[in-house]
Amino acid sequence: MKKIKLQINNESVSIQEGSTVATAIFESDAKTFRKSVSGENRFPLCGMGICFECRVTIDGVKHQRSCQILVREGMKIETDG
Amino acid sequence: MDKMQTDILIIGGGAAGMSAAMSVAENSNLRVLIVDDNPTLGGQIWRSEMGKIKSPEAKKLIEKIEQNEIEILNKAQVFAQNDEKSLLAETPNGAVQMHFEKLILANGARERFLPFPGWTLPNVFGAGGLQALVKSGLSVENKRIVVSGTGPLLLAVAEYLKSKGAIILLISEQTSRMKLLKFGLGLWRIPKKFFEAIKLQSKLQRTVYLTNSFVIKAEGKENLEAVNIVQNGKNRRVECDFLACGFHLVPNIELALMLGCEIMDGNVLVDKFQETTLENVFCVGEPTGIGGVELSLTEGKIAGLSAIDKKEKAKELFTQKEKLQRFANALNETFSLRDELQSLPNEETIVCRCEDVTFGKIKDFNSFREAKLQARCGMGSCQGKICGSATEFLFDWKNESVRPPIFPVKLENLVD
Ligand SMILES: Cc1cc2nc3c(=O)[nH]c(=O)nc-3n(C[C@H](O)[C@H](O)[C@H](O)COP(=O)(O)OP(=O)(O)OC[C@H]3O[C@@H](n4cnc5c(N)ncnc54)[C@H](O)[C@@H]3O)c2cc1C
Ligand code: FES
Repeated sequence: MKKIKLQINNESVSIQEGSTVATAIFESDAKTFRKSVSGENRFPLCGMGICFECRVTIDGVKHQRSCQILVREGMKIETDG
Repeated sequence: MDKMQTDILIIGGGAAGMSAAMSVAENSNLRVLIVDDNPTLGGQIWRSEMGKIKSPEAKKLIEKIEQNEIEILNKAQVFAQNDEKSLLAETPNGAVQMHFEKLILANGARERFLPFPGWTLPNVFGAGGLQALVKSGLSVENKRIVVSGTGPLLLAVAEYLKSKGAIILLISEQTSRMKLLKFGLGLWRIPKKFFEAIKLQSKLQRTVYLTNSFVIKAEGKENLEAVNIVQNGKNRRVECDFLACGFHLVPNIELALMLGCEIMDGNVLVDKFQETTLENVFCVGEPTGIGGVELSLTEGKIAGLSAIDKKEKAKELFTQKEKLQRFANALNETFSLRDELQSLPNEETIVCRCEDVTFGKIKDFNSFREAKLQARCGMGSCQGKICGSATEFLFDWKNESVRPPIFPVKLENLVD
């Protein structure tokens, strides 16, 4: 299986092709997604694009649902926290 | 903006949408376009695992779709109407206009989530939610997992997680053993389902399956550490890594609502031919009422035939549909929610996760609209898709007013 290299909060991560960004974050040291409006750490809930709890910044674009987006070579991901 | 033109536009590439597409393709020469927001076809039950579909039945259906040159637009989420005969979808490459003669809505369902203390902690997932994450690569090997909530999905999820190396500590199902037994006895009418249930049970044989039971609290400092489960008034604390918790399913009706279709008892209202109250707009699968994969397939076939005016042929499927509908009704009755679940949240429990609105802040309002306007409940990114179905159960509020876009989209796609 082909591995994809990407950056999560400036850490290099290598992950199987076909994974979502959410999975890559779980596999990384970051293990954070978004901070809620009152500052709680939130994780994915629905896994299918409905709840928006898994939002992160991808290549500078904010509020992307990481559970719906597949990893691409060279992606830069930033999470809250 | 890109434009696409078709005869029959289908929203949703799950069982219902694919079945409708094949029904049109096999019985006419009309052009069909399926639009779906996932990277691959399959919908929920046949969600691909790392891009690969596992079910032989689904594979066959997808193969047929490809052979029949049915057009597919993946990673595209429908968010608004353009005019009476066209919709707008957002794709990674920008917005797309899709023009059609007839429309079939097959946009499925989502899980119902209910608030309880601790449900916002990291590592508390939906049941289908965790399954979806594992299918996209999350490892659950040797993770201690409690599966909880209600519905047949809990068993399917537990079995799946177990096959991926998870340790299923227990399954906690809120419905009563009595109701389950009564339902089980009714299963003989649908032999195929019966065998599926037996198969599931045998794989899960050594897993504890508690009925009359539900999670009252999730605990942990940073992440989930333990859950408190109650059964017949008795409490137990179970240490675990993950909680997979979902309370059956809610039909996705926002799209139909936005178009102006009538809704009845939370489902999109359709006639026997699957036509909504809008002419030339059909609806199939879960949005017309939670019914499972076989009913979705049958409704898809009927809608496809109706949309190409082969109504006599569609009628041949009515008996089959009625039988499956009776099964679906029994299923929904069996897993209807017990009232005690309404008292799970305390004053501080967050109900609206997008805006961090607590139970205490909204409990005295009279409607979802009031809670929205005065406390911002349901005003965040998910647009009330999570808290709306929770407050429907908690307070009997209806959340049946939608405004486009039904999903947040990039500004450039809105003004394009
Ligand atoms: C999370 C989850 C997991 C499930 N797992 C199982 C299981 O393991 N076994 C089982 O028997 N049943 C499962 N079900 C039940 C499932 O609803 C049915 O069995 C079956 O998948 C229904 O088929 P459908 O075509 O009606 O809907 P779905 O399969 O839900 O298909 C609808 C499709 O439409 C897409 N869609 C929705 N809105 C839009 C939009 N605005 N724009 C574009 N596309 C859109 C969805 O992403 C989806 O791909 C699950 C349900 C859920 C919610
Ligand atoms: S986990 Fe719910 S939108 Fe991604």
